[in-house]
Amino acid sequence: MSSDSEKPQTEVKAEEKPTPPKPAPKPAAKVEEKPVELPAFEKGISDKLIEKFGDKVEVDFVKEDRVGIKTSKESVHDVAQFIRDDLHYDHAESVTGVDFPAENEIEVVYHLGSYTESSLARQVLTLSTRAPRESTPIPGQDSTKLPSLRDIFYSVEFGEREVFEMLGVYFDGHPDNRRLLLPEDWADLPPLRKDFAIKGR
Amino acid sequence: MKMTDIMPPGLALKKVDERIMTLNVGPQHPGSGHMRIVVQIDGDYIVACDPDPGYVHRGEEKMAEYRNYITNVPHLERPVIHDSCNVLYPYVLGAEEILGIEVPERAKYVRVICSELNRCIYTMYWLAIYGIFLGHSTMFMWPAGDRELLIDLMEKVSGARVTHAHFIPGGVRNDLPANFEDVCLRQVNYFEKRIKEYAAVFYDNPILISRTQDTGVLSRENAIRYGTTGSVLRASGVDYDLRVKAPYDVYDELDVHTNVMKEGDSYARSKVPWLDMMESCNIIRQALQKMPKSGSVRTKLKPNPKTKGPATVYKRVESGRGSLGCYIVSDGKTEPYRVKMSVPSFRNLLAMPNLLIGEKLGNMPSVYWSLNYWPVEADR
Repeated sequence: MSSDSEKPQTEVKAEEKPTPPKPAPKPAAKVEEKPVELPAFEKGISDKLIEKFGDKVEVDFVKEDRVGIKTSKESVHDVAQFIRDDLHYDHAESVTGVDFPAENEIEVVYHLGSYTESSLARQVLTLSTRAPRESTPIPGQDSTKLPSLRDIFYSVEFGEREVFEMLGVYFDGHPDNRRLLLPEDWADLPPLRKDFAIKGR
Repeated sequence: MKMTDIMPPGLALKKVDERIMTLNVGPQHPGSGHMRIVVQIDGDYIVACDPDPGYVHRGEEKMAEYRNYITNVPHLERPVIHDSCNVLYPYVLGAEEILGIEVPERAKYVRVICSELNRCIYTMYWLAIYGIFLGHSTMFMWPAGDRELLIDLMEKVSGARVTHAHFIPGGVRNDLPANFEDVCLRQVNYFEKRIKEYAAVFYDNPILISRTQDTGVLSRENAIRYGTTGSVLRASGVDYDLRVKAPYDVYDELDVHTNVMKEGDSYARSKVPWLDMMESCNIIRQALQKMPKSGSVRTKLKPNPKTKGPATVYKRVESGRGSLGCYIVSDGKTEPYRVKMSVPSFRNLLAMPNLLIGEKLGNMPSVYWSLNYWPVEADR
Protein backbone atom coordinates (compact mmCIF):
# COMPACT_ATOMS: atom_id res chain seq x y z
CA MET A 1 0.00 0.00 0.00
CA SER A 2 2.73 2.45 0.91
CA SER A 3 4.41 2.21 -2.49
CA ASP A 4 1.05 2.71 -4.24
CA SER A 5 0.20 5.81 -2.28
CA GLU A 6 3.56 7.40 -3.03
CA LYS A 7 3.17 7.22 -6.81
CA PRO A 8 0.27 9.66 -7.22
CA GLN A 9 2.03 12.22 -5.07
CA THR A 10 5.04 12.35 -7.40
CA GLU A 11 2.71 12.75 -10.37
CA VAL A 12 1.01 15.70 -8.73
CA LYS A 13 4.36 17.36 -8.20
CA ALA A 14 5.32 16.83 -11.85
CA GLU A 15 2.09 18.48 -12.97
CA GLU A 16 2.63 21.45 -10.72
CA LYS A 17 6.10 22.31 -11.99
CA PRO A 18 5.13 24.22 -15.14
CA THR A 19 2.73 26.48 -13.22
CA PRO A 20 4.35 27.41 -9.93
CA PRO A 21 2.47 30.67 -9.25
CA LYS A 22 -0.94 28.96 -9.17
CA PRO A 23 -1.48 26.77 -6.10
CA ALA A 24 -5.28 26.78 -6.59
CA PRO A 25 -5.71 23.62 -8.77
CA LYS A 26 -3.88 21.48 -6.20
CA PRO A 27 -6.94 20.07 -4.33
CA ALA A 28 -8.81 19.46 -7.59
CA ALA A 29 -5.90 17.45 -8.99
CA LYS A 30 -5.77 15.31 -5.84
CA VAL A 31 -9.47 14.41 -6.13
CA GLU A 32 -8.93 13.24 -9.71
CA GLU A 33 -5.95 11.19 -8.63
CA LYS A 34 -7.97 9.12 -6.17
CA PRO A 35 -9.19 6.29 -8.49
CA VAL A 36 -5.54 5.39 -9.22
CA GLU A 37 -5.08 4.51 -5.55
CA LEU A 38 -7.69 1.71 -5.70
CA PRO A 39 -6.16 -1.49 -4.35
CA ALA A 40 -5.36 -3.75 -7.30
CA PHE A 41 -6.57 -7.08 -5.91
CA GLU A 42 -9.95 -5.74 -4.81
CA LYS A 43 -10.30 -3.90 -8.14
CA GLY A 44 -9.78 -7.25 -9.89
CA ILE A 45 -12.74 -8.76 -8.05
CA SER A 46 -15.11 -5.95 -8.95
CA ASP A 47 -13.83 -5.95 -12.56
CA LYS A 48 -14.69 -9.64 -12.91
CA LEU A 49 -18.24 -8.96 -11.75
CA ILE A 50 -18.65 -6.02 -14.15
CA GLU A 51 -17.21 -8.03 -17.03
CA LYS A 52 -19.77 -10.77 -16.40
CA PHE A 53 -22.89 -8.74 -15.59
CA GLY A 54 -22.25 -5.30 -17.13
CA ASP A 55 -24.99 -2.84 -16.19
CA LYS A 56 -26.75 -5.24 -13.86
CA VAL A 57 -24.22 -4.65 -11.09
CA GLU A 58 -22.99 -1.37 -9.68
CA VAL A 59 -19.75 -1.06 -7.75
CA ASP A 60 -20.56 0.67 -4.48
CA PHE A 61 -17.01 0.98 -3.15
CA VAL A 62 -13.60 -0.62 -3.54
CA LYS A 63 -11.27 -0.17 -0.57
CA GLU A 64 -8.66 -2.19 1.25
CA ASP A 65 -10.03 -5.72 1.92
CA ARG A 66 -13.58 -4.65 1.09
CA VAL A 67 -15.57 -4.70 -2.14
CA GLY A 68 -19.14 -3.44 -2.26
CA ILE A 69 -21.53 -4.54 -5.02
CA LYS A 70 -25.08 -3.31 -5.55
CA THR A 71 -27.53 -5.16 -7.70
CA SER A 72 -31.24 -5.34 -8.43
CA LYS A 73 -33.50 -7.93 -6.86
CA GLU A 74 -33.99 -9.64 -10.24
CA SER A 75 -30.29 -10.40 -10.72
CA VAL A 76 -29.13 -10.91 -7.10
CA HIS A 77 -29.55 -14.68 -7.33
CA ASP A 78 -27.40 -14.95 -10.50
CA VAL A 79 -24.77 -12.61 -9.08
CA ALA A 80 -24.57 -14.66 -5.87
CA GLN A 81 -24.25 -17.86 -7.89
CA PHE A 82 -21.31 -16.35 -9.82
CA ILE A 83 -19.71 -15.09 -6.60
CA ARG A 84 -19.80 -18.59 -5.12
CA ASP A 85 -18.84 -20.64 -8.17
CA ASP A 86 -16.31 -18.40 -9.93
CA LEU A 87 -15.02 -16.06 -7.24
CA HIS A 88 -14.93 -18.83 -4.56
CA TYR A 89 -16.63 -17.03 -1.69
CA ASP A 90 -18.10 -19.86 0.36
CA HIS A 91 -20.05 -18.50 3.32
CA ALA A 92 -22.09 -15.52 4.49
CA GLU A 93 -20.99 -13.81 7.68
CA SER A 94 -24.15 -11.83 8.19
CA VAL A 95 -27.37 -10.67 6.61
CA THR A 96 -28.35 -7.10 7.46
CA GLY A 97 -31.48 -5.18 6.68
CA VAL A 98 -31.37 -1.40 6.51
CA ASP A 99 -34.54 0.65 6.25
CA PHE A 100 -34.59 3.71 3.97
CA PRO A 101 -38.07 5.25 4.34
CA ALA A 102 -37.10 8.37 2.39
CA GLU A 103 -36.29 6.27 -0.69
CA ASN A 104 -39.18 3.89 0.03
CA GLU A 105 -36.82 0.93 -0.04
CA ILE A 106 -35.31 -1.63 2.31
CA GLU A 107 -31.74 -2.66 1.65
CA VAL A 108 -30.55 -6.17 2.43
CA VAL A 109 -26.79 -6.55 2.74
CA TYR A 110 -24.94 -9.86 2.61
CA HIS A 111 -21.37 -9.92 3.93
CA LEU A 112 -19.60 -12.79 2.19
CA GLY A 113 -16.26 -14.33 3.06
CA SER A 114 -14.12 -17.28 2.08
CA TYR A 115 -12.43 -19.98 4.15
CA THR A 116 -11.23 -22.19 1.29
CA GLU A 117 -9.48 -19.64 -0.94
CA SER A 118 -6.47 -18.40 1.01
CA SER A 119 -6.02 -15.22 -1.08
CA LEU A 120 -9.55 -14.15 -0.06
CA ALA A 121 -9.02 -14.67 3.70
CA ARG A 122 -8.77 -10.93 4.32
CA GLN A 123 -11.60 -10.03 1.99
CA VAL A 124 -15.24 -9.33 2.70
CA LEU A 125 -17.56 -8.89 -0.26
CA THR A 126 -20.63 -6.79 0.46
CA LEU A 127 -23.52 -7.75 -1.79
CA SER A 128 -26.52 -5.48 -1.39
CA THR A 129 -29.92 -5.40 -3.01
CA ARG A 130 -33.10 -3.48 -2.38
CA ALA A 131 -36.74 -4.42 -1.90
CA PRO A 132 -39.72 -2.08 -2.23
CA ARG A 133 -41.05 -0.81 1.07
CA GLU A 134 -44.67 -0.36 2.08
CA SER A 135 -45.74 2.13 4.71
CA THR A 136 -48.34 -0.24 6.22
CA PRO A 137 -46.55 -3.58 6.08
CA ILE A 138 -48.20 -6.98 6.23
CA PRO A 139 -45.04 -9.10 6.54
CA GLY A 140 -45.05 -11.96 4.08
CA GLN A 141 -48.08 -10.77 2.11
CA ASP A 142 -47.04 -7.40 0.70
CA SER A 143 -44.63 -6.50 -2.10
CA THR A 144 -41.57 -6.41 0.21
CA LYS A 145 -40.03 -9.58 -1.14
CA LEU A 146 -36.61 -10.73 -2.30
CA PRO A 147 -35.30 -14.03 -3.67
CA SER A 148 -33.64 -16.11 -0.97
CA LEU A 149 -29.96 -16.94 -1.32
CA ARG A 150 -30.26 -19.91 1.01
CA ASP A 151 -29.87 -22.43 -1.86
CA ILE A 152 -26.51 -20.81 -2.73
CA PHE A 153 -25.17 -19.86 0.69
CA TYR A 154 -26.63 -22.23 3.27
CA SER A 155 -25.22 -20.00 6.03
CA VAL A 156 -27.76 -17.22 5.38
CA GLU A 157 -30.63 -19.33 6.76
CA PHE A 158 -30.98 -17.75 10.21
CA GLY A 159 -29.83 -14.35 8.96
CA GLU A 160 -32.69 -14.16 6.46
CA ARG A 161 -35.17 -15.29 9.11
CA GLU A 162 -33.95 -12.46 11.32
CA VAL A 163 -34.31 -9.87 8.53
CA PHE A 164 -37.85 -11.12 7.84
CA GLU A 165 -39.01 -10.59 11.40
CA MET A 166 -37.04 -7.41 12.08
CA LEU A 167 -37.79 -5.58 8.80
CA GLY A 168 -40.58 -7.54 7.17
CA VAL A 169 -38.68 -8.61 4.04
CA TYR A 170 -40.05 -11.95 2.88
CA PHE A 171 -37.55 -14.25 1.18
CA ASP A 172 -39.02 -16.25 -1.70
CA GLY A 173 -37.63 -19.76 -1.73
CA HIS A 174 -36.56 -19.79 1.91
CA PRO A 175 -37.74 -23.08 3.45
CA ASP A 176 -38.49 -21.67 6.89
CA ASN A 177 -39.80 -18.09 7.01
CA ARG A 178 -40.75 -18.21 10.69
CA ARG A 179 -40.02 -15.85 13.56
CA LEU A 180 -36.67 -16.41 15.24
CA LEU A 181 -35.99 -13.88 18.00
CA LEU A 182 -39.28 -12.02 18.42
CA PRO A 183 -42.19 -13.48 20.42
CA GLU A 184 -44.75 -15.44 18.43
CA ASP A 185 -47.54 -12.97 19.19
CA TRP A 186 -45.65 -9.85 18.07
CA ALA A 187 -48.28 -7.78 16.25
CA ASP A 188 -46.55 -4.39 15.95
CA LEU A 189 -44.45 -3.06 13.09
CA PRO A 190 -41.22 -4.92 12.32
CA PRO A 191 -39.06 -3.33 15.03
CA LEU A 192 -35.97 -2.35 13.04
CA ARG A 193 -38.00 -0.19 10.66
CA LYS A 194 -37.37 3.49 11.20
CA ASP A 195 -41.04 4.27 11.92
CA PHE A 196 -41.02 1.90 14.91
CA ALA A 197 -39.93 4.24 17.70
CA ILE A 198 -38.67 3.34 21.14
CA LYS A 199 -41.00 4.67 23.83
CA GLY A 200 -39.79 7.93 25.36
CA ARG A 201 -37.32 8.69 22.55
CA MET B 1 -54.81 -64.19 20.43
CA LYS B 2 -52.68 -61.24 19.43
CA MET B 3 -49.57 -60.14 21.26
CA THR B 4 -51.04 -56.69 22.00
CA ASP B 5 -54.05 -58.17 23.82
CA ILE B 6 -52.00 -59.56 26.66
CA MET B 7 -49.62 -56.57 27.03
CA PRO B 8 -50.41 -53.67 29.34
CA PRO B 9 -51.63 -50.70 27.28
CA GLY B 10 -48.50 -48.60 27.83
CA LEU B 11 -46.21 -51.24 26.48
CA ALA B 12 -48.26 -52.01 23.37
CA LEU B 13 -46.24 -51.68 20.22
CA LYS B 14 -46.89 -48.35 18.62
CA LYS B 15 -46.43 -47.03 15.14
CA VAL B 16 -43.40 -44.83 14.47
CA ASP B 17 -45.45 -41.61 14.50
CA GLU B 18 -46.93 -42.43 17.88
CA ARG B 19 -43.54 -43.26 19.36
CA ILE B 20 -42.08 -39.83 18.66
CA MET B 21 -42.17 -37.46 21.59
CA THR B 22 -41.66 -33.68 21.49
CA LEU B 23 -39.58 -32.22 24.30
CA ASN B 24 -39.00 -28.59 25.22
CA VAL B 25 -35.49 -28.18 26.57
CA GLY B 26 -35.42 -24.75 28.16
CA PRO B 27 -35.76 -21.82 28.39
CA GLN B 28 -35.58 -22.32 32.15
CA HIS B 29 -33.68 -25.59 31.94
CA PRO B 30 -30.18 -25.47 33.45
CA GLY B 31 -28.92 -27.40 30.44
CA SER B 32 -30.00 -24.91 27.81
CA GLY B 33 -28.95 -21.44 28.88
CA HIS B 34 -31.44 -18.72 28.06
CA MET B 35 -32.90 -20.47 25.08
CA ARG B 36 -35.36 -23.17 24.16
CA ILE B 37 -34.48 -26.15 22.05
CA VAL B 38 -37.49 -28.09 20.76
CA VAL B 39 -36.40 -31.67 20.12
CA GLN B 40 -38.32 -34.66 18.89
CA ILE B 41 -37.05 -37.98 20.15
CA ASP B 42 -37.62 -41.53 19.07
CA GLY B 43 -36.62 -43.53 22.11
CA ASP B 44 -33.22 -42.13 23.00
CA TYR B 45 -32.39 -40.60 19.61
CA ILE B 46 -33.07 -37.05 18.45
CA VAL B 47 -34.91 -37.06 15.12
CA ALA B 48 -35.70 -33.34 14.82
CA CYS B 49 -34.32 -30.24 16.47
CA ASP B 50 -35.51 -26.64 16.28
CA PRO B 51 -33.54 -24.07 18.27
CA ASP B 52 -35.67 -21.18 19.49
CA PRO B 53 -33.52 -18.26 20.69
CA GLY B 54 -34.85 -14.83 21.56
CA TYR B 55 -35.65 -15.07 25.26
CA VAL B 56 -32.97 -12.49 26.09
CA HIS B 57 -33.39 -10.26 23.04
CA ARG B 58 -32.70 -6.67 24.16
CA GLY B 59 -32.81 -4.75 20.92
CA GLU B 60 -29.19 -3.57 21.14
CA GLU B 61 -29.18 -2.69 17.44
CA LYS B 62 -32.27 -0.52 17.77
CA MET B 63 -30.90 1.19 20.88
CA ALA B 64 -27.68 2.02 19.02
CA GLU B 65 -29.64 4.15 16.54
CA TYR B 66 -30.71 6.53 19.30
CA ARG B 67 -27.32 7.19 20.91
CA ASN B 68 -24.17 8.83 19.63
CA TYR B 69 -20.89 7.07 18.95
CA ILE B 70 -19.59 7.50 22.51
CA THR B 71 -22.76 6.74 24.49
CA ASN B 72 -23.23 3.51 22.52
CA VAL B 73 -20.14 2.05 24.20
CA PRO B 74 -21.51 0.89 27.57
CA HIS B 75 -24.64 -0.84 26.27
CA LEU B 76 -23.11 -2.56 23.24
CA GLU B 77 -20.87 -4.66 25.50
CA ARG B 78 -23.85 -6.14 27.39
CA PRO B 79 -24.48 -9.15 25.13
CA VAL B 80 -21.32 -10.84 26.48
CA ILE B 81 -20.32 -9.06 29.64
CA HIS B 82 -17.39 -11.36 30.43
CA ASP B 83 -15.97 -10.82 26.94
CA SER B 84 -16.85 -7.15 26.95
CA CYS B 85 -13.61 -5.85 25.42
CA ASN B 86 -13.85 -8.14 22.41
CA VAL B 87 -17.53 -7.52 21.82
CA LEU B 88 -16.89 -3.77 21.69
CA TYR B 89 -13.73 -4.03 19.62
CA PRO B 90 -15.26 -4.10 16.09
CA TYR B 91 -17.72 -1.33 16.94
CA VAL B 92 -14.88 0.84 18.22
CA LEU B 93 -12.74 0.17 15.13
CA GLY B 94 -15.69 1.05 12.90
CA ALA B 95 -16.54 4.21 14.84
CA GLU B 96 -12.91 5.34 14.58
CA GLU B 97 -13.05 5.05 10.80
CA ILE B 98 -16.36 6.92 10.61
CA LEU B 99 -15.21 9.68 12.99
CA GLY B 100 -11.80 9.82 11.30
CA ILE B 101 -9.60 9.54 14.38
CA GLU B 102 -6.22 7.95 14.88
CA VAL B 103 -5.34 5.75 17.83
CA PRO B 104 -2.05 6.19 19.75
CA GLU B 105 0.39 3.29 19.47
CA ARG B 106 0.38 2.52 23.19
CA ALA B 107 -3.44 2.31 23.21
CA LYS B 108 -3.31 -0.38 20.53
CA TYR B 109 -1.09 -2.53 22.75
CA VAL B 110 -3.29 -1.91 25.78
CA ARG B 111 -6.22 -3.07 23.65
CA VAL B 112 -4.41 -6.26 22.69
CA ILE B 113 -3.64 -7.05 26.34
CA CYS B 114 -7.22 -6.35 27.47
CA SER B 115 -8.65 -8.27 24.54
CA GLU B 116 -6.55 -11.36 25.31
CA LEU B 117 -7.29 -11.16 29.05
CA ASN B 118 -10.99 -10.99 28.24
CA ARG B 119 -10.72 -13.95 25.87
CA CYS B 120 -9.32 -16.01 28.75
CA ILE B 121 -11.95 -14.71 31.19
CA TYR B 122 -14.72 -15.66 28.77
CA THR B 123 -13.24 -19.06 27.97
CA MET B 124 -12.83 -19.91 31.65
CA TYR B 125 -16.49 -19.12 32.28
CA TRP B 126 -17.50 -21.19 29.28
CA LEU B 127 -15.28 -24.04 30.43
CA ALA B 128 -16.74 -23.93 33.95
CA ILE B 129 -20.24 -24.30 32.52
CA TYR B 130 -19.10 -27.07 30.18
CA GLY B 131 -17.78 -28.88 33.23
CA ILE B 132 -21.05 -28.63 35.14
CA PHE B 133 -23.05 -29.56 32.02
CA LEU B 134 -21.17 -32.84 31.96
CA GLY B 135 -21.51 -33.31 35.73
CA HIS B 136 -17.84 -32.61 36.40
CA SER B 137 -17.98 -30.37 39.50
CA THR B 138 -14.20 -29.91 39.81
CA MET B 139 -14.13 -28.45 36.32
CA PHE B 140 -16.76 -25.97 37.43
CA MET B 141 -14.86 -24.89 40.56
CA TRP B 142 -11.35 -24.66 39.13
CA PRO B 143 -11.98 -22.37 36.13
CA ALA B 144 -14.45 -20.25 38.12
CA GLY B 145 -11.73 -19.72 40.73
CA ASP B 146 -8.73 -19.27 38.42
CA ARG B 147 -10.74 -16.79 36.37
CA GLU B 148 -10.49 -14.41 39.34
CA LEU B 149 -6.75 -13.99 38.68
CA LEU B 150 -7.49 -12.28 35.39
CA ILE B 151 -10.61 -10.48 36.62
CA ASP B 152 -8.41 -8.86 39.27
CA LEU B 153 -6.07 -7.69 36.52
CA MET B 154 -8.93 -6.22 34.48
CA GLU B 155 -10.26 -4.56 37.63
CA LYS B 156 -6.90 -2.86 38.07
CA VAL B 157 -7.02 -1.66 34.46
CA SER B 158 -10.62 -0.49 34.12
CA GLY B 159 -12.07 -0.29 37.61
CA ALA B 160 -14.88 -2.77 36.90
CA ARG B 161 -14.79 -6.52 37.33
CA VAL B 162 -16.73 -7.57 34.25
CA THR B 163 -18.45 -4.67 32.44
CA HIS B 164 -15.31 -2.72 31.62
CA ALA B 165 -16.51 -0.32 28.87
CA HIS B 166 -12.79 0.20 28.48
CA PHE B 167 -12.46 0.46 24.70
CA ILE B 168 -13.75 3.74 23.34
CA PRO B 169 -13.40 5.36 19.92
CA GLY B 170 -9.95 6.95 20.03
CA GLY B 171 -8.20 4.45 22.27
CA VAL B 172 -8.89 3.14 25.76
CA ARG B 173 -10.50 4.91 28.68
CA ASN B 174 -7.56 4.82 31.12
CA ASP B 175 -3.87 4.14 31.01
CA LEU B 176 -2.51 1.03 32.72
CA PRO B 177 -1.87 1.53 36.45
CA ALA B 178 1.68 1.84 37.76
CA ASN B 179 3.58 -1.43 38.09
CA PHE B 180 0.93 -3.21 36.01
CA GLU B 181 3.46 -4.98 33.76
CA ASP B 182 5.06 -6.89 36.64
CA VAL B 183 1.75 -7.90 38.24
CA CYS B 184 0.28 -8.90 34.88
CA LEU B 185 3.30 -11.00 33.96
CA ARG B 186 3.25 -12.77 37.32
CA GLN B 187 -0.51 -13.49 37.23
CA VAL B 188 -0.46 -14.63 33.60
CA ASN B 189 2.48 -16.96 34.19
CA TYR B 190 0.74 -18.52 37.16
CA PHE B 191 -2.52 -18.73 35.21
CA GLU B 192 -0.81 -20.60 32.39
CA LYS B 193 0.72 -23.04 34.85
CA ARG B 194 -2.73 -23.60 36.37
CA ILE B 195 -4.61 -24.25 33.13
CA LYS B 196 -1.99 -26.79 32.09
CA GLU B 197 -3.09 -28.80 35.12
CA TYR B 198 -6.58 -29.07 33.62
CA ALA B 199 -5.29 -31.70 31.22
CA ALA B 200 -4.91 -34.26 34.00
CA VAL B 201 -8.32 -33.70 35.56
CA PHE B 202 -10.41 -32.92 32.47
CA TYR B 203 -8.92 -33.37 29.02
CA ASP B 204 -7.19 -36.70 29.71
CA ASN B 205 -10.12 -37.90 31.81
CA PRO B 206 -11.47 -41.16 30.28
CA ILE B 207 -15.04 -40.24 31.27
CA LEU B 208 -14.89 -36.93 29.43
CA ILE B 209 -13.29 -38.59 26.43
CA SER B 210 -15.96 -41.29 26.27
CA ARG B 211 -18.73 -38.69 26.49
CA THR B 212 -17.38 -36.26 23.92
CA GLN B 213 -15.28 -38.19 21.43
CA ASP B 214 -17.09 -38.95 18.16
CA THR B 215 -20.23 -37.12 19.26
CA GLY B 216 -21.59 -34.34 17.09
CA VAL B 217 -18.97 -34.70 14.37
CA LEU B 218 -18.85 -31.63 12.14
CA SER B 219 -16.96 -32.29 8.92
CA ARG B 220 -14.68 -29.69 7.35
CA GLU B 221 -17.04 -29.20 4.39
CA ASN B 222 -20.07 -28.67 6.61
CA ALA B 223 -18.20 -26.34 8.97
CA ILE B 224 -17.52 -24.10 5.96
CA ARG B 225 -21.01 -24.54 4.51
CA TYR B 226 -22.77 -23.58 7.75
CA GLY B 227 -20.50 -20.54 8.03
CA THR B 228 -19.31 -21.49 11.52
CA THR B 229 -16.49 -19.55 13.08
CA GLY B 230 -13.89 -19.51 15.84
CA SER B 231 -13.12 -22.63 17.82
CA VAL B 232 -15.88 -24.63 16.10
CA LEU B 233 -14.33 -23.96 12.72
CA ARG B 234 -10.77 -24.60 13.89
CA ALA B 235 -11.79 -27.86 15.58
CA SER B 236 -13.02 -29.04 12.18
CA GLY B 237 -9.63 -28.53 10.56
CA VAL B 238 -9.98 -25.09 8.97
CA ASP B 239 -6.96 -22.90 9.72
CA TYR B 240 -8.69 -19.54 10.10
CA ASP B 241 -8.06 -16.99 12.80
CA LEU B 242 -8.59 -13.31 12.07
CA ARG B 243 -5.65 -12.36 14.31
CA VAL B 244 -3.44 -14.10 11.74
CA LYS B 245 -5.43 -13.92 8.51
CA ALA B 246 -6.65 -10.33 8.73
CA PRO B 247 -4.75 -8.71 11.63
CA TYR B 248 -6.21 -5.55 13.13
CA ASP B 249 -4.49 -2.95 15.34
CA VAL B 250 -1.04 -4.36 16.25
CA TYR B 251 -1.68 -8.09 15.82
CA ASP B 252 0.50 -8.09 12.71
CA GLU B 253 3.51 -7.22 14.90
CA LEU B 254 2.88 -10.15 17.23
CA ASP B 255 3.58 -13.81 16.64
CA VAL B 256 0.24 -15.63 16.87
CA HIS B 257 -0.07 -19.37 16.48
CA THR B 258 -3.40 -20.86 15.34
CA ASN B 259 -4.58 -24.04 17.07
CA VAL B 260 -6.26 -26.45 14.67
CA MET B 261 -7.68 -29.91 15.31
CA LYS B 262 -8.99 -32.23 12.63
CA GLU B 263 -11.53 -34.42 14.46
CA GLY B 264 -14.47 -31.99 14.50
CA ASP B 265 -16.15 -33.76 17.42
CA SER B 266 -17.24 -32.33 20.79
CA TYR B 267 -13.86 -33.23 22.29
CA ALA B 268 -11.94 -31.19 19.72
CA ARG B 269 -14.36 -28.29 20.11
CA SER B 270 -13.85 -28.33 23.87
CA LYS B 271 -10.07 -28.50 23.58
CA VAL B 272 -9.37 -25.75 21.03
CA PRO B 273 -10.50 -22.88 23.34
CA TRP B 274 -8.24 -24.29 26.05
CA LEU B 275 -5.27 -24.30 23.67
CA ASP B 276 -6.22 -20.78 22.60
CA MET B 277 -5.94 -19.61 26.22
CA MET B 278 -2.29 -20.69 26.33
CA GLU B 279 -1.72 -18.83 23.06
CA SER B 280 -3.36 -15.77 24.65
CA CYS B 281 -0.80 -15.95 27.49
CA ASN B 282 1.97 -15.90 24.86
CA ILE B 283 0.42 -12.90 23.13
CA ILE B 284 0.08 -10.99 26.42
CA ARG B 285 3.77 -11.60 27.22
CA GLN B 286 4.82 -10.41 23.74
CA ALA B 287 2.60 -7.33 23.95
CA LEU B 288 3.95 -6.38 27.39
CA GLN B 289 7.47 -6.57 25.98
CA LYS B 290 6.83 -4.63 22.76
CA MET B 291 4.51 -1.99 24.21
CA PRO B 292 5.80 1.61 24.23
CA LYS B 293 6.60 2.33 27.87
CA SER B 294 4.91 5.71 27.90
CA GLY B 295 2.71 7.91 25.81
CA SER B 296 -0.91 8.81 25.27
CA VAL B 297 -3.59 6.09 25.27
CA ARG B 298 -6.49 8.15 24.05
CA THR B 299 -7.28 10.67 21.34
CA LYS B 300 -9.59 13.12 23.02
CA LEU B 301 -13.02 13.53 21.47
CA LYS B 302 -15.77 16.05 22.03
CA PRO B 303 -18.82 14.72 23.93
CA ASN B 304 -20.91 14.56 20.76
CA PRO B 305 -18.35 13.97 18.01
CA LYS B 306 -19.11 14.81 14.39
CA THR B 307 -18.65 12.25 11.62
CA LYS B 308 -16.79 12.78 8.36
CA GLY B 309 -19.99 12.22 6.37
CA PRO B 310 -22.09 9.33 5.06
CA ALA B 311 -20.16 6.07 5.13
CA THR B 312 -20.49 2.32 5.67
CA VAL B 313 -17.92 0.26 7.55
CA TYR B 314 -17.64 -3.43 8.27
CA LYS B 315 -14.98 -4.34 10.84
CA ARG B 316 -14.34 -7.72 12.39
CA VAL B 317 -12.20 -9.09 15.18
CA GLU B 318 -11.52 -12.54 16.63
CA SER B 319 -13.47 -12.77 19.88
CA GLY B 320 -13.55 -15.57 22.42
CA ARG B 321 -16.13 -17.37 20.28
CA GLY B 322 -14.93 -16.46 16.81
CA SER B 323 -15.14 -13.77 14.20
CA LEU B 324 -17.25 -10.86 15.43
CA GLY B 325 -18.23 -8.28 12.86
CA CYS B 326 -19.81 -4.88 13.17
CA TYR B 327 -21.50 -3.17 10.24
CA ILE B 328 -22.13 0.53 10.77
CA VAL B 329 -24.10 2.71 8.36
CA SER B 330 -23.62 6.41 8.95
CA ASP B 331 -25.72 9.12 7.32
CA GLY B 332 -23.46 11.91 8.58
CA LYS B 333 -25.41 12.58 11.78
CA THR B 334 -23.94 12.16 15.24
CA GLU B 335 -25.88 8.92 15.80
CA PRO B 336 -25.27 5.85 13.65
CA TYR B 337 -28.04 5.15 11.11
CA ARG B 338 -27.78 1.40 11.60
CA VAL B 339 -25.49 -0.83 13.68
CA LYS B 340 -25.46 -4.55 12.99
CA MET B 341 -23.51 -6.96 15.14
CA SER B 342 -22.64 -10.11 13.21
CA VAL B 343 -22.09 -12.29 16.26
CA PRO B 344 -20.31 -15.67 16.30
CA SER B 345 -22.91 -17.33 18.55
CA PHE B 346 -25.61 -16.61 16.00
CA ARG B 347 -23.46 -18.07 13.23
CA ASN B 348 -22.57 -21.22 15.16
CA LEU B 349 -26.24 -21.75 16.04
CA LEU B 350 -26.93 -22.97 12.51
CA ALA B 351 -24.72 -25.99 13.11
CA MET B 352 -26.70 -27.05 16.19
CA PRO B 353 -29.80 -28.68 14.62
CA ASN B 354 -27.61 -30.36 12.03
CA LEU B 355 -25.30 -31.85 14.66
CA LEU B 356 -28.00 -32.91 17.12
CA ILE B 357 -30.15 -34.90 14.69
CA GLY B 358 -29.15 -38.54 15.07
CA GLU B 359 -27.47 -38.03 18.43
CA LYS B 360 -28.67 -39.50 21.72
CA LEU B 361 -30.59 -37.08 23.93
CA GLY B 362 -27.99 -37.63 26.65
CA ASN B 363 -25.28 -36.25 24.36
CA MET B 364 -27.15 -33.01 23.85
CA PRO B 365 -25.34 -30.95 26.55
CA SER B 366 -21.91 -32.04 25.35
CA VAL B 367 -22.70 -31.08 21.74
CA TYR B 368 -24.67 -27.93 22.51
CA TRP B 369 -22.16 -26.26 24.82
CA SER B 370 -19.16 -27.32 22.75
CA LEU B 371 -20.48 -25.01 20.00
CA ASN B 372 -19.12 -22.10 22.08
CA TYR B 373 -22.57 -20.62 22.05
CA TRP B 374 -23.62 -17.75 24.28
CA PRO B 375 -27.43 -17.30 24.14
CA VAL B 376 -27.42 -13.66 25.20
CA GLU B 377 -25.01 -12.77 22.43
CA ALA B 378 -27.02 -14.57 19.77
CA ASP B 379 -30.17 -12.64 20.73
CA ARG B 380 -28.43 -9.26 21.15
